[in-house]
Amino acid sequence: MGFDYAPAPESRAIVDIAPSYGLFIDGEFREAADGKVFKTVAPATEEVLSEVAQAGEEDVDAAVAAARRAFASWSALPGAERGKYLFRIARVLQERSRELAVLETLDNGKPIKETRDVDLPQVAAHFFYYAGWADKLAHAGYGPSPRPLGVAGQVIPWNFPLLMLAWKIAPALATGNTVVLKPAETTPLSALFFADVCRRAGLPKGVVNIVTGDGRTGAALVAHPDVNKVAFTGSTGVGKQIARTVAGTSKKLTLELGGKGANIVFDDAPVDQAVEGIVNGIFFNQGQVCCAGSRLLVQESVRDEVLDALKRRLGTLRLGDPLDKNTDIGAINSAEQLARITALAETGEAEGAERWSPACELPSSGYWFAPTLFTGVSQAHTIARDEIFGPVLSVLTFRTPDEAVAKANNTPYGLSAGIWTEKGSRILAMASKLRAGVVWANTFNKFDPTSPFGGYKESGFGREGGRHGLEAYLDV
Amino acid sequence: MLLCVTSQSPPLTALADVTASDAALRRFLHGLPGVDGVGLEARAASLGTRSVKTTAKAYAIDLAISMIDLTTLEGADTPGKVRSLSAKGMTPDPTDRGTPSVAAICVYPDMAAVAKEALGTSGVRVASVATAFPAGRAALPVKLADTRDAVAAGADEIDMVIDRGAFLSGRYLEVFEEIRAVKEVCGTARLKVIFETGELSTYDNIRRVSWLAMLAGADFVKTSTGKVAVNATPANTLLLMEAVRDFRAATGVQVGVKPAGGIRTTKDAIKYLVMVNETLGDDWLSNEWFRFGASSLLNDLLMQRQKLRTGRYSGPDYVTVD
Amino acid sequence: MSERPERLAVLKTYKLFVGGKFPRSESGRVYEVTDSKGRLLANAPLASRKDARDAVGAARKAFGGWSGATAYNRGQVLYRVAEMLEGRREQFTAEVAAGSGISRAKAAAEVDAAIDRWVWYAGWSDKIAQVAGGANPVAGPFFNLSTPEPTGVVAVLAPQDSALLGLVSVVAPAIVTGNTVVVAANEKAPLPALSLAEVLATSDVPGGVVNVLSGRTAELGAPLAAHQDVNAIDLAGADAELAKELQIAAADNLKRVVRPRAERWTTDPGTDRMLAFLETKTVWHPTGSLGASGSAY
Repeated sequence: MGFDYAPAPESRAIVDIAPSYGLFIDGEFREAADGKVFKTVAPATEEVLSEVAQAGEEDVDAAVAAARRAFASWSALPGAERGKYLFRIARVLQERSRELAVLETLDNGKPIKETRDVDLPQVAAHFFYYAGWADKLAHAGYGPSPRPLGVAGQVIPWNFPLLMLAWKIAPALATGNTVVLKPAETTPLSALFFADVCRRAGLPKGVVNIVTGDGRTGAALVAHPDVNKVAFTGSTGVGKQIARTVAGTSKKLTLELGGKGANIVFDDAPVDQAVEGIVNGIFFNQGQVCCAGSRLLVQESVRDEVLDALKRRLGTLRLGDPLDKNTDIGAINSAEQLARITALAETGEAEGAERWSPACELPSSGYWFAPTLFTGVSQAHTIARDEIFGPVLSVLTFRTPDEAVAKANNTPYGLSAGIWTEKGSRILAMASKLRAGVVWANTFNKFDPTSPFGGYKESGFGREGGRHGLEAYLDV
Repeated sequence: MLLCVTSQSPPLTALADVTASDAALRRFLHGLPGVDGVGLEARAASLGTRSVKTTAKAYAIDLAISMIDLTTLEGADTPGKVRSLSAKGMTPDPTDRGTPSVAAICVYPDMAAVAKEALGTSGVRVASVATAFPAGRAALPVKLADTRDAVAAGADEIDMVIDRGAFLSGRYLEVFEEIRAVKEVCGTARLKVIFETGELSTYDNIRRVSWLAMLAGADFVKTSTGKVAVNATPANTLLLMEAVRDFRAATGVQVGVKPAGGIRTTKDAIKYLVMVNETLGDDWLSNEWFRFGASSLLNDLLMQRQKLRTGRYSGPDYVTVD
Repeated sequence: MSERPERLAVLKTYKLFVGGKFPRSESGRVYEVTDSKGRLLANAPLASRKDARDAVGAARKAFGGWSGATAYNRGQVLYRVAEMLEGRREQFTAEVAAGSGISRAKAAAEVDAAIDRWVWYAGWSDKIAQVAGGANPVAGPFFNLSTPEPTGVVAVLAPQDSALLGLVSVVAPAIVTGNTVVVAANEKAPLPALSLAEVLATSDVPGGVVNVLSGRTAELGAPLAAHQDVNAIDLAGADAELAKELQIAAADNLKRVVRPRAERWTTDPGTDRMLAFLETKTVWHPTGSLGASGSAY
């Protein structure tokens, strides 16, 4: 008899999802002006979780107006008082973290292990961090009395719904701005629960407004003339469109976009930890991570050794029910995303790369994609250039550090990179030559509220997190 | 499952060259991949979050009991103490005869004969520490005599300590030769080699010493004596597991792993079993290849076992204190 | 003794500055530069989109060396520019006075301010990283350091209201941190910019670090904003309409953009023009600890 873990599902009884949700505007939930709604489903089962209002231009206008009204008093509040609201929010988030983790896992499809151990702790930590800045802005290096911008229009993606909300709302509020935030169409629920958190924390009405909807809602928000600041996390294609939209205006813009991160493994790497880093780099959150290490650059002299170890390790990944505490790989977020991953993987095969997956049974309903490796990939392959945003790793080789740098940088993206070597000078030399906003040496996919995050080149501009993250919301 | 190859005499043919000289051995050991401590600990911690429930937990508890080297290594040990511990090892829970026996009773050499007599044909083995345990600070002839005594007294297994001083000062071949010499006098007894990882201090050292011991013919690699501040940890045991995994891949020879010291709860033990399961797989999931060096762990496992059986939480009055 | 004829002055042919060399426009075109009263001062090259392309190529080629130079070295080079400019105050005063239609005294003040601005930025070279970067106290066993890095090739449309001080105020902050620049000079008064190129060429500024084009700002701005190998653009010299058009073009590869705004070039420039063309790179490495665990590293 083998050691088979029995099912260990986290109870979903802890979260109570209403059959329908309205928009959160001016401290109240309300239906869309035209009454339109859309459904949000659990990607692991295709079960409809709830019906959510589809905000139109009129609703966006109402939300921006509410934020504008709230701005005068919110920005005039002493920093210490603003900070106390954020501390309260952080505490409520901590208290309700299990509930929100289950909710996020249901709506997003990611494993409870990740929402419980990564997303929710980071969400609370982010509010905690920026809460402390609210009364210290004069010491942040942006002048003696830095001023907020006004109303921030924020559009976030579906891969870390609540965490991306935290990255947007915490610094905006700490600096005295008010916000209108649009969560992703496929993952609206945690933002709506956050609205309730704001109410519980006693946040003045209109300071945070949540408008749910699809791309049209986001476009209306970005284009709204009374928005002073636009912050977007999402695809590079949409990011460029937003940059065109705000051209000629005075709106301040920050963008966190796509990536095609290179994870570079040298022949003197700590191999076991490198394998963990590779696995974490591309299979964390089903690879639906903008800073994923989606290109493995392995030195030719250790290619076979590393690949063997990697394949052995992939054999132990557990794919299935995201609510099971032992699940490593959950569901893909949507049918559309699954189709995109599937198409790109097929392109990889068609272009001659060799495809491999561990033996892995996929559930019969829901959106699933097995962990996948492609070997024999060159820089010319589509799967080495396009962001796949799924659990698909392209393996390339290099011979020298110079070649590794050249290949790593050979992309319009510049968000993340990894370096695995025991040689300190090589780490520092590589780190300085890689054109990427975050470089992980002998680790990967580490995040912290104090650590600025953001890209070079077409991965966007501006930084989120840390002292640097304040700049995006200050008139400097 | 691989054949038991413990009878093969070292050095292994595939790696014969690396032990040809002190310099060659040093080059080989220092050429092993480095260990990033933070990453290693993170991986061990991550495996520690596995949730093992119901049937899986029942399986894991019985497996863990069967893997225990139930240990008494006190200056105050007496034949009476060893006999009662042996009884407990053979029948850990008198209220439930379905409870598995432990793997071995682990004692000092002078108690080996007592344990042997007490255990009889129960199948529970006698493990004896040797080689001037725990410090290992004695001349080689003394260590060999210590080992011979234990084997003669009926020990099925010998738990030797390495010369950490020699290892830390870089005299690798000396450590290697000493293990080989002890292995030779073990005869058919299986040899567990204790590294005292807490004294070796770095993970790189632990990986190197693991390979050194396996090259010298160790049947088991074992973390610690239980007598220093830091004994078995999930991370240093994971490192030993990675070493035996890689050693088998390189040579075909399977070596067992024994964390010892500090493992006191069912929760801890299950974390180790999860590591075995996901690092080494089924081939190591038996007491032929994995042991816990422990004393108080057994009672916690028994209480958890009773809880699973009855649905009630048990208490210390319902397990024996031998 | 025969009467000496009045000496005929030798007039200067103004040229572009690309890759450390002084070429004419590949188009062969020039345009007349006049003073405020409409008197001809000189012909200036009317640079084309191909000149812009060549300048970007030169700037890209120079980027590796310049960004890789030590901050101390870049500071020395910028200070050297100030020294060389100081030695040619008279020439620049005359050029600024004529080109901008201001009094000699005002022109002299502008030249002095321009020299001082080089000195200001020279001093920033090895300080900005300490102001803009630093260690981040992450909650885990990691050393985490953020450092600013130059974004790459920066296209600059020089201000139209200040031929020399304005130019220096937008070029110096871009290059001091290691970026390389293609600058379209003040359209009406390009001569100080073209002369500044001569100063740069003799100040240890490596060829290609600053490339100076003269011509129509709109004509040069379009290919620079659309160029996929330009990382950022400073629109100081663009009017609102042009600025919007160029921002739309710049979105194609997500250039970092500094929009035009009301500027007083004589005030303290602050750090924002340097920060605008810096990326923040954050590097993580595990630390482990030297604690009692016995096996922590």
